[in-house]
Amino acid sequence: MTMIRVENLKKSFGKIEVLKDMSTVIEEKEVVCVIGPSGSGKSTFLRCLNRLEEITGGHVYIEGTDITDPKVDINKVRQEVGMVFQQFNLFPHKSVLENITLAPMKLKKTNKKAVTEKAYELLDKVGLREKANAYPGELSGGQKQRVAIARALAMDPKIMLFDEPTSALDPEMVGDVLDVMKQLAVEGMTMVIVTHEMGFAREVGDRVMFIDGGYIVEENVPSELFGNPQHERTKAFLSKVL
Amino acid sequence: METIMNAMPFLLEGLQVTLYIFIIAIILGFIIGLIVALLRLAPIKILNWIAKIFVDAIRGTPFIVQLFFIYFGLNSLGFFSMDNTTAGIVTVAINAGAYFSEIIRAGIQSIDRGQTEAARSLGLNATQNMRHIILPQAFRRMLPTITNQAIISLKDTSLLSVIGIADLTQEGRIQASQTFEAFTIYLTLGVIYFIVIYLLSMLASFVERKFVLR
Repeated sequence: MTMIRVENLKKSFGKIEVLKDMSTVIEEKEVVCVIGPSGSGKSTFLRCLNRLEEITGGHVYIEGTDITDPKVDINKVRQEVGMVFQQFNLFPHKSVLENITLAPMKLKKTNKKAVTEKAYELLDKVGLREKANAYPGELSGGQKQRVAIARALAMDPKIMLFDEPTSALDPEMVGDVLDVMKQLAVEGMTMVIVTHEMGFAREVGDRVMFIDGGYIVEENVPSELFGNPQHERTKAFLSKVL
Repeated sequence: METIMNAMPFLLEGLQVTLYIFIIAIILGFIIGLIVALLRLAPIKILNWIAKIFVDAIRGTPFIVQLFFIYFGLNSLGFFSMDNTTAGIVTVAINAGAYFSEIIRAGIQSIDRGQTEAARSLGLNATQNMRHIILPQAFRRMLPTITNQAIISLKDTSLLSVIGIADLTQEGRIQASQTFEAFTIYLTLGVIYFIVIYLLSMLASFVERKFVLR
Protein backbone atom coordinates (compact mmCIF):
# COMPACT_ATOMS: atom_id res chain seq x y z
CA MET A 1 0.00 0.00 0.00
CA THR A 2 1.26 3.46 -0.88
CA MET A 3 1.64 5.68 2.19
CA ILE A 4 3.19 8.78 0.63
CA ARG A 5 3.02 9.90 -2.98
CA VAL A 6 4.91 13.03 -3.99
CA GLU A 7 4.16 14.46 -7.44
CA ASN A 8 6.21 17.30 -8.91
CA LEU A 9 6.67 18.92 -5.52
CA LYS A 10 7.94 22.51 -5.66
CA LYS A 11 8.69 24.81 -2.77
CA SER A 12 9.94 28.41 -2.87
CA PHE A 13 10.80 30.81 -0.08
CA GLY A 14 10.11 34.16 -1.70
CA LYS A 15 12.13 34.14 -4.91
CA ILE A 16 14.40 31.31 -3.86
CA GLU A 17 13.29 27.97 -5.21
CA VAL A 18 14.40 25.31 -2.73
CA LEU A 19 12.59 22.25 -4.09
CA LYS A 20 12.43 22.25 -7.86
CA ASP A 21 10.61 19.16 -9.01
CA MET A 22 10.43 16.13 -6.79
CA SER A 23 8.44 12.97 -7.30
CA THR A 24 8.62 9.75 -5.35
CA VAL A 25 6.48 7.05 -3.80
CA ILE A 26 6.92 5.58 -0.33
CA GLU A 27 5.21 2.29 0.47
CA GLU A 28 3.88 1.02 3.77
CA LYS A 29 6.61 -0.23 6.18
CA GLU A 30 9.30 1.24 4.03
CA VAL A 31 12.23 3.00 5.73
CA VAL A 32 13.59 5.76 3.51
CA CYS A 33 16.74 7.62 4.52
CA VAL A 34 17.24 11.02 2.94
CA ILE A 35 20.83 12.21 2.57
CA GLY A 36 22.45 15.16 0.85
CA PRO A 37 24.63 18.22 1.41
CA SER A 38 23.41 20.92 3.76
CA GLY A 39 21.12 23.39 2.04
CA SER A 40 20.10 20.80 -0.54
CA GLY A 41 16.45 20.92 0.57
CA LYS A 42 16.18 17.61 2.39
CA SER A 43 14.67 19.09 5.58
CA THR A 44 12.30 21.24 3.52
CA PHE A 45 11.27 18.13 1.60
CA LEU A 46 10.47 16.36 4.86
CA ARG A 47 8.56 19.33 6.25
CA CYS A 48 6.40 19.44 3.12
CA LEU A 49 5.23 15.89 3.87
CA ASN A 50 3.10 17.12 6.81
CA ARG A 51 2.69 20.64 5.42
CA LEU A 52 4.76 22.32 8.12
CA GLU A 53 5.91 24.19 5.03
CA GLU A 54 3.22 25.45 2.70
CA ILE A 55 3.70 23.72 -0.63
CA THR A 56 4.24 25.99 -3.64
CA GLY A 57 3.48 23.52 -6.40
CA GLY A 58 2.71 19.88 -7.13
CA HIS A 59 0.92 17.40 -4.89
CA VAL A 60 1.63 15.37 -1.79
CA TYR A 61 -0.71 12.48 -1.01
CA ILE A 62 -0.71 10.92 2.45
CA GLU A 63 -2.61 7.62 2.34
CA GLY A 64 -4.36 8.91 -0.75
CA THR A 65 -5.36 12.29 0.73
CA ASP A 66 -4.01 15.26 -1.19
CA ILE A 67 -2.69 17.52 1.57
CA THR A 68 -2.12 20.38 -0.89
CA ASP A 69 -5.91 20.62 -1.22
CA PRO A 70 -6.88 23.70 0.85
CA LYS A 71 -10.09 21.97 1.94
CA VAL A 72 -8.26 19.06 3.59
CA ASP A 73 -8.32 18.95 7.42
CA ILE A 74 -4.56 19.07 7.86
CA ASN A 75 -4.78 18.57 11.64
CA LYS A 76 -6.45 15.24 11.01
CA VAL A 77 -3.71 14.18 8.57
CA ARG A 78 -0.97 15.28 10.98
CA GLN A 79 -2.36 12.96 13.64
CA GLU A 80 -1.35 10.11 11.33
CA VAL A 81 2.11 11.52 10.65
CA GLY A 82 4.46 11.78 13.63
CA MET A 83 7.46 14.08 13.48
CA VAL A 84 10.74 14.19 15.39
CA PHE A 85 12.89 17.32 15.24
CA GLN A 86 16.60 17.97 15.41
CA GLN A 87 16.07 20.31 18.39
CA PHE A 88 13.61 17.92 20.12
CA ASN A 89 11.07 20.71 20.77
CA LEU A 90 9.75 19.15 23.95
CA PHE A 91 7.31 21.33 25.88
CA PRO A 92 9.47 22.65 28.75
CA HIS A 93 6.52 23.54 30.99
CA LYS A 94 5.15 20.00 30.93
CA SER A 95 6.51 16.87 32.55
CA VAL A 96 7.72 14.00 30.38
CA LEU A 97 4.42 12.20 30.94
CA GLU A 98 2.39 15.32 30.11
CA ASN A 99 4.45 15.86 26.95
CA ILE A 100 3.39 12.42 25.79
CA THR A 101 -0.26 12.51 26.92
CA LEU A 102 -1.13 16.09 25.92
CA ALA A 103 -2.02 15.51 22.27
CA PRO A 104 -3.88 12.19 22.68
CA MET A 105 -5.79 13.67 25.63
CA LYS A 106 -6.95 16.63 23.53
CA LEU A 107 -7.45 14.84 20.22
CA LYS A 108 -8.40 11.22 20.87
CA LYS A 109 -11.64 10.06 22.31
CA THR A 110 -10.03 7.79 24.87
CA ASN A 111 -10.02 8.20 28.62
CA LYS A 112 -7.19 9.54 30.70
CA LYS A 113 -6.33 6.17 32.17
CA ALA A 114 -5.85 4.49 28.80
CA VAL A 115 -3.75 7.40 27.52
CA THR A 116 -1.54 7.30 30.62
CA GLU A 117 -1.07 3.54 30.39
CA LYS A 118 -0.10 3.88 26.76
CA ALA A 119 2.36 6.66 27.68
CA TYR A 120 4.08 4.38 30.21
CA GLU A 121 4.28 1.63 27.60
CA LEU A 122 5.98 4.06 25.23
CA LEU A 123 8.34 5.19 27.96
CA ASP A 124 9.28 1.55 28.52
CA LYS A 125 9.89 1.23 24.83
CA VAL A 126 12.35 4.13 24.83
CA GLY A 127 13.79 3.05 28.19
CA LEU A 128 12.74 6.10 30.21
CA ARG A 129 9.89 4.97 32.48
CA GLU A 130 11.70 6.32 35.53
CA LYS A 131 11.74 9.81 33.98
CA ALA A 132 7.95 10.08 33.66
CA ASN A 133 7.68 12.89 36.20
CA ALA A 134 10.89 14.68 35.25
CA TYR A 135 10.81 17.89 33.22
CA PRO A 136 12.59 18.21 29.87
CA GLY A 137 15.16 20.58 31.39
CA GLU A 138 16.35 17.74 33.63
CA LEU A 139 17.06 15.35 30.75
CA SER A 140 20.12 14.83 28.57
CA GLY A 141 19.85 15.41 24.82
CA GLY A 142 19.53 11.73 24.04
CA GLN A 143 16.82 11.30 26.66
CA LYS A 144 14.96 14.33 25.30
CA GLN A 145 14.99 12.90 21.80
CA ARG A 146 13.71 9.54 23.01
CA VAL A 147 10.86 11.31 24.83
CA ALA A 148 10.15 13.24 21.62
CA ILE A 149 9.88 9.93 19.76
CA ALA A 150 7.52 8.58 22.43
CA ARG A 151 5.46 11.77 22.21
CA ALA A 152 5.06 11.36 18.44
CA LEU A 153 4.20 7.66 18.81
CA ALA A 154 1.46 8.42 21.37
CA MET A 155 -0.82 9.52 18.53
CA ASP A 156 -0.46 6.07 16.91
CA PRO A 157 0.85 7.51 13.66
CA LYS A 158 1.13 5.42 10.53
CA ILE A 159 4.13 7.37 9.30
CA MET A 160 7.08 8.82 11.23
CA LEU A 161 9.20 11.68 9.91
CA PHE A 162 12.64 12.27 11.43
CA ASP A 163 14.45 15.54 10.77
CA GLU A 164 18.14 14.95 11.58
CA PRO A 165 17.20 13.35 14.91
CA THR A 166 20.77 12.79 16.08
CA SER A 167 22.49 15.90 14.75
CA ALA A 168 22.15 17.88 17.98
CA LEU A 169 23.31 15.03 20.23
CA ASP A 170 26.62 14.32 21.91
CA PRO A 171 28.24 11.34 20.18
CA GLU A 172 27.69 8.97 23.11
CA MET A 173 23.94 9.70 23.03
CA VAL A 174 23.45 8.92 19.34
CA GLY A 175 23.40 5.13 19.76
CA ASP A 176 20.44 5.08 22.16
CA VAL A 177 18.28 7.14 19.81
CA LEU A 178 19.25 5.10 16.75
CA ASP A 179 18.45 1.90 18.64
CA VAL A 180 14.91 3.13 19.30
CA MET A 181 14.53 4.00 15.62
CA LYS A 182 15.88 0.63 14.55
CA GLN A 183 13.33 -1.05 16.79
CA LEU A 184 10.56 0.99 15.16
CA ALA A 185 11.77 -0.03 11.71
CA VAL A 186 11.76 -3.68 12.74
CA GLU A 187 8.18 -3.32 13.98
CA GLY A 188 7.17 -2.16 10.52
CA MET A 189 6.72 1.61 10.93
CA THR A 190 6.82 3.60 7.71
CA MET A 191 9.67 6.04 8.24
CA VAL A 192 11.29 8.91 6.38
CA ILE A 193 14.57 9.91 8.00
CA VAL A 194 16.73 12.88 7.08
CA THR A 195 20.12 11.91 8.45
CA HIS A 196 23.87 12.32 8.34
CA GLU A 197 24.39 8.87 9.87
CA MET A 198 25.49 6.98 6.78
CA GLY A 199 26.08 3.78 8.75
CA PHE A 200 22.52 3.88 10.02
CA ALA A 201 21.11 4.61 6.55
CA ARG A 202 23.02 1.66 5.13
CA GLU A 203 21.95 -0.70 7.89
CA VAL A 204 18.32 0.27 8.51
CA GLY A 205 17.18 1.95 5.31
CA ASP A 206 15.21 0.01 2.72
CA ARG A 207 16.02 2.81 0.36
CA VAL A 208 18.35 5.79 0.38
CA MET A 209 17.40 9.01 -1.36
CA PHE A 210 20.11 11.48 -2.36
CA ILE A 211 18.84 15.05 -2.64
CA ASP A 212 20.89 17.90 -4.07
CA GLY A 213 20.01 21.30 -5.48
CA GLY A 214 16.28 20.81 -4.97
CA TYR A 215 16.06 17.53 -6.90
CA ILE A 216 15.99 13.88 -5.94
CA VAL A 217 19.20 13.07 -7.80
CA GLU A 218 19.21 9.35 -7.15
CA GLU A 219 17.41 6.80 -5.00
CA ASN A 220 18.17 3.16 -4.57
CA VAL A 221 18.65 0.35 -2.06
CA PRO A 222 21.52 1.28 0.29
CA SER A 223 24.00 -1.28 -1.04
CA GLU A 224 23.60 0.07 -4.57
CA LEU A 225 23.50 3.76 -3.70
CA PHE A 226 26.54 3.58 -1.45
CA GLY A 227 28.37 0.87 -3.41
CA ASN A 228 27.59 1.84 -6.96
CA PRO A 229 26.35 5.45 -7.20
CA GLN A 230 25.27 6.43 -10.71
CA HIS A 231 25.46 10.21 -10.65
CA GLU A 232 28.54 12.38 -10.43
CA ARG A 233 26.98 14.49 -7.68
CA THR A 234 26.19 11.42 -5.60
CA LYS A 235 29.75 10.18 -6.04
CA ALA A 236 31.20 13.57 -5.08
CA PHE A 237 28.99 13.76 -1.96
CA LEU A 238 29.70 10.21 -0.85
CA SER A 239 33.44 10.63 -1.33
CA LYS A 240 33.28 13.51 1.16
CA VAL A 241 31.19 11.85 3.85
CA LEU A 242 32.23 8.19 3.74
CA MET B 1 0.03 61.18 65.34
CA GLU B 2 -3.46 62.24 66.26
CA THR B 3 -3.89 63.80 62.84
CA ILE B 4 -3.02 60.47 61.24
CA MET B 5 -5.32 58.50 63.52
CA ASN B 6 -8.22 60.83 62.81
CA ALA B 7 -7.64 60.80 59.06
CA MET B 8 -7.06 57.06 58.84
CA PRO B 9 -10.68 55.84 58.60
CA PHE B 10 -11.26 58.19 55.65
CA LEU B 11 -8.01 57.18 53.99
CA LEU B 12 -8.81 53.50 54.37
CA GLU B 13 -12.21 54.08 52.81
CA GLY B 14 -10.44 55.75 49.89
CA LEU B 15 -8.02 52.84 49.71
CA GLN B 16 -10.95 50.47 49.33
CA VAL B 17 -12.21 52.46 46.36
CA THR B 18 -8.71 52.52 44.84
CA LEU B 19 -8.30 48.77 45.21
CA TYR B 20 -11.79 48.05 43.90
CA ILE B 21 -11.16 50.11 40.77
CA PHE B 22 -7.66 48.72 40.35
CA ILE B 23 -8.64 45.06 40.62
CA ILE B 24 -11.55 45.26 38.20
CA ALA B 25 -9.61 47.45 35.76
CA ILE B 26 -6.51 45.28 35.79
CA ILE B 27 -8.51 42.11 35.08
CA LEU B 28 -10.40 43.83 32.25
CA GLY B 29 -7.13 45.34 31.06
CA PHE B 30 -5.52 41.94 30.91
CA ILE B 31 -8.38 40.52 28.87
CA ILE B 32 -8.20 43.53 26.52
CA GLY B 33 -4.43 43.09 26.29
CA LEU B 34 -4.73 39.41 25.42
CA ILE B 35 -7.35 40.03 22.74
CA VAL B 36 -5.40 42.93 21.21
CA ALA B 37 -2.18 40.89 21.24
CA LEU B 38 -3.90 38.02 19.42
CA LEU B 39 -5.40 40.46 16.89
CA ARG B 40 -1.95 41.91 16.40
CA LEU B 41 -0.53 38.46 15.62
CA ALA B 42 -3.52 37.14 13.66
CA PRO B 43 -2.81 36.23 10.03
CA ILE B 44 -5.29 38.88 8.85
CA LYS B 45 -3.84 42.27 7.92
CA ILE B 46 -6.88 44.41 8.80
CA LEU B 47 -6.99 42.99 12.35
CA ASN B 48 -3.27 43.73 12.77
CA TRP B 49 -3.93 47.32 11.75
CA ILE B 50 -6.86 47.80 14.10
CA ALA B 51 -4.78 46.48 16.99
CA LYS B 52 -1.80 48.62 16.07
CA ILE B 53 -3.87 51.81 15.76
CA PHE B 54 -5.43 51.15 19.17
CA VAL B 55 -2.07 50.62 20.84
CA ASP B 56 -0.50 53.65 19.16
CA ALA B 57 -3.46 55.87 20.08
CA ILE B 58 -3.25 54.92 23.76
CA ARG B 59 0.53 55.09 23.94
CA GLY B 60 0.61 58.41 22.12
CA THR B 61 -1.80 60.27 24.40
CA PRO B 62 -1.65 61.22 28.10
CA PHE B 63 -3.68 59.20 30.58
CA ILE B 64 -5.54 62.26 31.79
CA VAL B 65 -6.66 63.15 28.25
CA GLN B 66 -7.96 59.59 27.81
CA LEU B 67 -9.83 59.94 31.09
CA PHE B 68 -11.44 63.26 30.10
CA PHE B 69 -12.28 61.91 26.65
CA ILE B 70 -14.06 58.88 28.09
CA TYR B 71 -15.79 60.62 31.00
CA PHE B 72 -16.64 64.06 29.58
CA GLY B 73 -16.24 63.39 25.87
CA LEU B 74 -18.26 60.20 25.46
CA ASN B 75 -20.90 61.27 28.00
CA SER B 76 -21.40 64.55 26.16
CA LEU B 77 -22.58 62.65 23.08
CA GLY B 78 -25.69 61.75 25.04
CA PHE B 79 -26.04 58.12 23.97
CA PHE B 80 -25.48 56.94 27.53
CA SER B 81 -24.39 58.31 30.85
CA MET B 82 -21.45 56.72 32.55
CA ASP B 83 -20.81 57.46 36.22
CA ASN B 84 -17.33 58.56 37.18
CA THR B 85 -16.32 55.23 38.74
CA THR B 86 -17.25 53.32 35.57
CA ALA B 87 -15.42 55.86 33.43
CA GLY B 88 -12.40 55.52 35.72
CA ILE B 89 -12.41 51.73 35.49
CA VAL B 90 -12.83 51.82 31.71
CA THR B 91 -9.98 54.28 31.26
CA VAL B 92 -7.54 52.37 33.44
CA ALA B 93 -8.56 49.09 31.76
CA ILE B 94 -8.11 50.41 28.23
CA ASN B 95 -4.85 52.13 29.09
CA ALA B 96 -3.41 49.06 30.80
CA GLY B 97 -4.81 46.87 28.01
CA ALA B 98 -2.77 48.67 25.38
CA TYR B 99 0.45 48.25 27.33
CA PHE B 100 -0.38 44.66 28.30
CA SER B 101 -1.00 43.79 24.66
CA GLU B 102 2.54 44.80 23.74
CA ILE B 103 3.95 42.78 26.65
CA ILE B 104 1.87 39.74 25.70
CA ARG B 105 2.77 40.05 22.02
CA ALA B 106 6.47 40.17 22.83
CA GLY B 107 6.02 37.22 25.20
CA ILE B 108 4.29 35.10 22.56
CA GLN B 109 6.89 35.99 19.95
CA SER B 110 9.71 35.08 22.32
CA ILE B 111 8.65 31.42 22.36
CA ASP B 112 10.70 29.32 19.97
CA ARG B 113 9.02 28.45 16.66
CA GLY B 114 9.87 24.81 17.26
CA GLN B 115 7.24 24.69 20.02
CA THR B 116 4.48 25.56 17.56
CA GLU B 117 5.89 23.16 14.98
CA ALA B 118 5.96 20.30 17.48
CA ALA B 119 2.41 21.03 18.65
CA ARG B 120 1.04 21.39 15.12
CA SER B 121 2.86 18.25 13.92
CA LEU B 122 0.97 16.30 16.60
CA GLY B 123 -2.31 17.51 15.11
CA LEU B 124 -3.16 20.27 17.59
CA ASN B 125 -4.87 23.20 15.87
CA ALA B 126 -3.73 26.82 16.16
CA THR B 127 -6.02 27.56 19.12
CA GLN B 128 -4.98 24.46 21.08
CA ASN B 129 -1.35 25.30 20.40
CA MET B 130 -1.81 28.85 21.68
CA ARG B 131 -3.73 27.77 24.76
CA HIS B 132 -1.75 24.73 25.92
CA ILE B 133 1.75 25.33 24.58
CA ILE B 134 2.51 28.97 23.79
CA LEU B 135 0.57 31.08 26.31
CA PRO B 136 1.53 29.09 29.45
CA GLN B 137 5.20 29.48 28.55
CA ALA B 138 4.82 33.09 27.46
CA PHE B 139 3.03 34.12 30.68
CA ARG B 140 5.85 32.85 32.84
CA ARG B 141 8.27 34.97 30.89
CA MET B 142 5.98 38.00 30.95
CA LEU B 143 5.21 38.01 34.66
CA PRO B 144 7.86 40.56 35.76
CA THR B 145 6.84 43.02 33.02
CA ILE B 146 3.15 42.45 33.70
CA THR B 147 3.75 43.25 37.38
CA ASN B 148 5.53 46.41 36.41
CA GLN B 149 2.61 47.57 34.28
CA ALA B 150 0.12 46.67 37.03
CA ILE B 151 2.05 48.89 39.45
CA ILE B 152 2.01 51.77 36.96
CA SER B 153 -1.75 51.31 36.52
CA LEU B 154 -2.28 51.31 40.27
CA LYS B 155 -0.46 54.61 40.50
CA ASP B 156 -2.49 55.94 37.54
CA THR B 157 -5.69 55.42 39.54
CA SER B 158 -4.61 58.32 41.71
CA LEU B 159 -5.38 60.60 38.73
CA LEU B 160 -9.02 59.51 38.90
CA SER B 161 -9.47 61.92 41.80
CA VAL B 162 -9.73 64.73 39.24
CA ILE B 163 -13.13 63.45 38.06
CA GLY B 164 -14.31 63.33 41.66
CA ILE B 165 -13.86 59.65 42.45
CA ALA B 166 -13.41 59.25 46.22
CA ASP B 167 -10.24 57.20 45.90
CA LEU B 168 -7.28 57.21 48.25
CA THR B 169 -5.77 60.36 46.74
CA GLN B 170 -9.08 62.24 46.79
CA GLU B 171 -9.66 61.32 50.46
CA GLY B 172 -6.13 62.48 51.21
CA ARG B 173 -6.76 65.84 49.55
CA ILE B 174 -9.93 66.31 51.59
CA GLN B 175 -8.15 65.43 54.83
CA ALA B 176 -5.24 67.72 53.99
CA SER B 177 -7.50 70.69 53.37
CA GLN B 178 -9.62 70.04 56.46
CA THR B 179 -6.76 69.56 58.92
CA PHE B 180 -4.23 72.03 57.40
CA GLU B 181 -1.65 69.28 58.01
CA ALA B 182 -0.69 68.77 54.40
CA PHE B 183 2.81 67.49 55.20
CA THR B 184 1.64 64.73 57.53
CA ILE B 185 -1.35 63.69 55.44
CA TYR B 186 0.49 63.48 52.12
CA LEU B 187 3.36 61.64 53.79
CA THR B 188 0.86 59.14 55.16
CA LEU B 189 -0.76 58.88 51.75
CA GLY B 190 2.60 58.10 50.19
CA VAL B 191 3.33 55.45 52.80
CA ILE B 192 -0.02 53.75 52.16
CA TYR B 193 0.58 53.64 48.39
CA PHE B 194 4.08 52.37 49.00
CA ILE B 195 2.88 49.54 51.24
CA VAL B 196 0.18 48.46 48.79
CA ILE B 197 2.63 48.42 45.88
CA TYR B 198 5.23 46.64 47.98
CA LEU B 199 2.69 43.93 48.85
CA LEU B 200 1.73 43.68 45.19
CA SER B 201 5.30 43.09 44.08
CA MET B 202 5.79 40.54 46.88
CA LEU B 203 2.72 38.69 45.62
CA ALA B 204 4.11 38.81 42.09
CA SER B 205 7.50 37.40 43.05
CA PHE B 206 5.75 34.67 45.05
CA VAL B 207 3.76 33.70 41.94
CA GLU B 208 6.94 33.90 39.85
CA ARG B 209 8.75 31.51 42.14
CA LYS B 210 5.81 29.14 42.12
CA PHE B 211 5.74 28.99 38.34
CA VAL B 212 9.48 29.03 37.81
CA LEU B 213 10.58 28.15 34.27
CA ARG B 214 12.13 24.74 34.17
